[in-house]
Amino acid sequence: MIGVALKGLLGRKLRASLTAIAIVLGIAMVSGTYVLTDTIKAGFSGLFTTVYQGADAIVSGRSAIGGGDQNGPGLAPSFDETLLPRVRALPDVADAGGNVAYPTLLVGRNGKVMAAQAGGLGFGIDPKRADDAIDPLKLVSGRWPTNGTQIAIDVATSEKKNFAVGDMIGAVASGAAHRYRIAGIVKLGDASIGGTTLAVFDLATGQRIFHKQGKLDTIYVKSKSGVAPPKLISELRGILPPTAQVRSAAAQAKHDTDNTSSFTSIIQDFLLAFAGIALFVGSFVIANTLSITIAQRTREFATLRTLGATRRQVLRSVIVEALVIGFLASVVGLFAGLGLAKLLNQLFVALGIDLPKASTVFATRTIVVSLVLGTVVTLLASLRPAFRATRVEPIAAAREGALLPPSRLARFGLPFALVTSAAAIALLLFGALDSSATTKQRLLAIGGGVLILFFGVALLAPRLVTPLARVLGAAGARFGGTPGRLAQQNAMRAPSRTAATASALMIGLALVTVVAVLAAGLKSRFEGSVHALFHADYALTSQNGFIPTGIASANALAHAPGVEVVSSVRAGEAKVFGKRIGITGTDAQMPRVISIDWVPGSAHVPPFVSKDYAKKHGLHVGSPLTLQVPSGRTLRLTIRGIIDPPKGGSPFTDVTIPNAVFDRAYANPANLYSFIKMTGGVTSENTTRLNTALQRFPDAKVQTEGQFEKSQEQGITLLLNLLYVLLSLSIVVSLFGIVNTLILTVFERTRELGMLRAVGMTRRQVRNMIRYESVVTALIGAALGIPIGIGLGALVGHAIAYPAFTIPWGTIVVFVVAAVIAGLLAAIFPARRAGRLNVLEALQYE
Amino acid sequence: MQARDLVRRYGEGATAVEALRGISLEVQAGELVAVMGPSGSGKSTLMHILAGLDKPTSGTVTIAGEEITSLDDRKLTLLRRRHIGFVFQFFNLLPMLTAEENVLLPLSIAGTKPEQRWLDDLLSRTGIDNRRTHRPSELSGGQQQRVAIARSLVSRPTILFADEPTGNLDSRTGGEILDLLRESVDAYGQTTVMVTHEARAAAIADRVLFIADGLIVRELERATAQQVLDVMAGLDA
Repeated sequence: MIGVALKGLLGRKLRASLTAIAIVLGIAMVSGTYVLTDTIKAGFSGLFTTVYQGADAIVSGRSAIGGGDQNGPGLAPSFDETLLPRVRALPDVADAGGNVAYPTLLVGRNGKVMAAQAGGLGFGIDPKRADDAIDPLKLVSGRWPTNGTQIAIDVATSEKKNFAVGDMIGAVASGAAHRYRIAGIVKLGDASIGGTTLAVFDLATGQRIFHKQGKLDTIYVKSKSGVAPPKLISELRGILPPTAQVRSAAAQAKHDTDNTSSFTSIIQDFLLAFAGIALFVGSFVIANTLSITIAQRTREFATLRTLGATRRQVLRSVIVEALVIGFLASVVGLFAGLGLAKLLNQLFVALGIDLPKASTVFATRTIVVSLVLGTVVTLLASLRPAFRATRVEPIAAAREGALLPPSRLARFGLPFALVTSAAAIALLLFGALDSSATTKQRLLAIGGGVLILFFGVALLAPRLVTPLARVLGAAGARFGGTPGRLAQQNAMRAPSRTAATASALMIGLALVTVVAVLAAGLKSRFEGSVHALFHADYALTSQNGFIPTGIASANALAHAPGVEVVSSVRAGEAKVFGKRIGITGTDAQMPRVISIDWVPGSAHVPPFVSKDYAKKHGLHVGSPLTLQVPSGRTLRLTIRGIIDPPKGGSPFTDVTIPNAVFDRAYANPANLYSFIKMTGGVTSENTTRLNTALQRFPDAKVQTEGQFEKSQEQGITLLLNLLYVLLSLSIVVSLFGIVNTLILTVFERTRELGMLRAVGMTRRQVRNMIRYESVVTALIGAALGIPIGIGLGALVGHAIAYPAFTIPWGTIVVFVVAAVIAGLLAAIFPARRAGRLNVLEALQYE
Repeated sequence: MQARDLVRRYGEGATAVEALRGISLEVQAGELVAVMGPSGSGKSTLMHILAGLDKPTSGTVTIAGEEITSLDDRKLTLLRRRHIGFVFQFFNLLPMLTAEENVLLPLSIAGTKPEQRWLDDLLSRTGIDNRRTHRPSELSGGQQQRVAIARSLVSRPTILFADEPTGNLDSRTGGEILDLLRESVDAYGQTTVMVTHEARAAAIADRVLFIADGLIVRELERATAQQVLDVMAGLDA
């Protein structure tokens, strides 16, 4: 019996592979995600291992408030350089080298910064100690920079941007940009550093341009041979100041890798979520394709039954078939994932996320998860069709045109669909409206509700297909002549089949609509905030708009002609009420450029806190506020104001302190935004004046309100595009669902098509008929999915306390047009097959 | 309609099988010709070639003055629209269309409108006048074949091909369908070629062609069922 199943499968290769495609795509996404993120993790791990391979112990700055361990602005503080000779003097230390570091961008020949998205690392190192194999930076060619006019850059920049030893290149750290002569080309460790650039200076220059005079950020320690790392570490601990810490090289590499792997894990979960959606859609496609093929094989099952096969054997043969298809599809998907990983990586690089990568990692976990998941999903999707196959009576073997008997549960179909949909809606409403539940519970309720809703609507859909096809097929029926009219009727002919096919597309379209609705709300809210807040003429940010930039650029503007006010927002981290939070700094001028909604009783100056934060911690104007900063210092301030920030985004975090205090507390203060008011407002002369004043600060850019709004929205747009691309995979899966259904339908209607051709239908009319049917199916998917998406968008928006609800009509029109195009694409192959039918064979076909 | 020296060979070389080995025939306007023969005699192949559904290995077929064996698919389709009607053994109606819509299908595919008087006359003559809005699933086999015949006549084709029109019907209904075919020849002068293996069906024809092994072996005019049976018995022997 199993042999029969397998031989039957071989005899229906096309139909079997049609079923498989949905699984192949979903599993490719699963496997591709694992391969990509494993490769990135291995890349980071390889990078950090080689970075520290020359040293036995690493001394680094320690943030008093925890967390920030990197050398970013306002994060780990530097320590005094006098620590280095004391480390060297330790009895078990053979040698030690130190460096300073600060984010530094290289400036290209066009005067613009490179790698504004990926960022750049800057180091100041001791050239005399550089070659002793302790320091992670290795010279590839040329020499180390030895004075304030020289720089070394990374291999990738040198190759990609065509900079050689002896060329001049600009670099900008926390102050103004300078030009340096390239003394050497270097690499960091032995692994890829992704899109990040390197700028290396001699120690004194580094300390000067990073504003870290007399400081070091890292010391690499090499022990005498035979000294156990714990001994070395405890010796080092004895002389460290409180703002420094020591780890063995292995521990440091692991620590750095762990820091990054939490980030790669987020990427992994994020991508896996989309793989899950694609598989979910795929399971609809498989269930439908199997239902159709099983219906077409009614007589075959009946014949098996007349030959003595039991129901159980019929069931087993269908399930074995599904298992084989699922397993083979998973194997193909597993390997397709290798290619997809490369595509995903290119997608990320295109979006400005260029991460370090090792050679491709193909883990056992990837193989096991992909194969098991694909097989199990196919198996589950096959259960319902398999049970229906067992309902075939042997007598059907003798009947012309025998039909599959309805499922035993069919008469409960409508109540079950209604109950499911009602349960889903109840869950959704709970998630969206019950404000007593936690956000996590609410989002879980919404997530579960969405899944169940898709099932419920898919179950209801057969009843909606006929009216929908009547409306949506009207244009085709009106203008498409007989092929259009027949297509409309064909779509209504097997409502459950059309419904299942359209439901798969519905899921993808509903999700993109949710994304579009949320993004539109976010944008309109954000724009509302900007319009309400922005009283300045210009804004100044870093080139990419969200990385803080050194305060020198804003200071340079203060003296530019025509400038009346420059007021900045600093950003840093501090521990407040026992919790590490982001804080901002500003000055008393801020109300002149940003409209702030003050709670009555506030003095319009910092320190101020947000209304919600004040409520949460019982703060009032006049309350004391204590902050601990990374260097370990404690700031004791008195709250002077409470603000009511707009919902769509505020330049200030919950706690804002005066810039004067900020600059004393943080070693390298940086601005998130600066706002500028000028005599005469926005004019081209004023813009020119500002740009002239900023000539030496290529890392910063001046923008008008509109430009600022656009550039700040880029993040949303980027995320939006990423979500669209990732969701498009599940839409592609559902398109294959349409392709499957149409091909199987064409197969089933062979004789009918033959008759139509015999009575005078041209090939083109046949092809058009299939195309119209495909478009009608796609439009049904859109008609179900888009309203669901809008509703869900409103609910989700409500659940995440996000009141703006905007229907992006333009985008929705695009989605509908895309659905039509998708329908046409899906019809290409089936229409061609239908058109090619040999009339004679079609008529003789049994 | 004329056919000359039709040869249809399947396969190549030594294994080639000749279904037709050189058949020529002529069908006059308003004539009902039955093609008879044992199974495997080549009668279906002959009809398919005459109707332009299959191409002969050699030989020509002329319908309404046009040589059809060299036409491309599109021209053939257009020729079918204007000049050829079909009646199939299995009716081949579209299940989602009503009887009337099925009848009108050839016209609507061609994008032309029916003439109301002609349609009414046709529907009443084929006896489906009061079944217009029924779907095929609501009709008996005989009624379905009546719809199929009306469909084949609606475009007033130059020639109508009927392929075992009674093959799927009980004998009483089959007789009624044969009467209807004969009536359409008499009333409308509808030129008809019918392939059948039933002597009773052949008996309504003006002329019966007997085919065996790819050749026309006998021809009878206005034969009775008994005469046909006698010839068939001779062929089988």
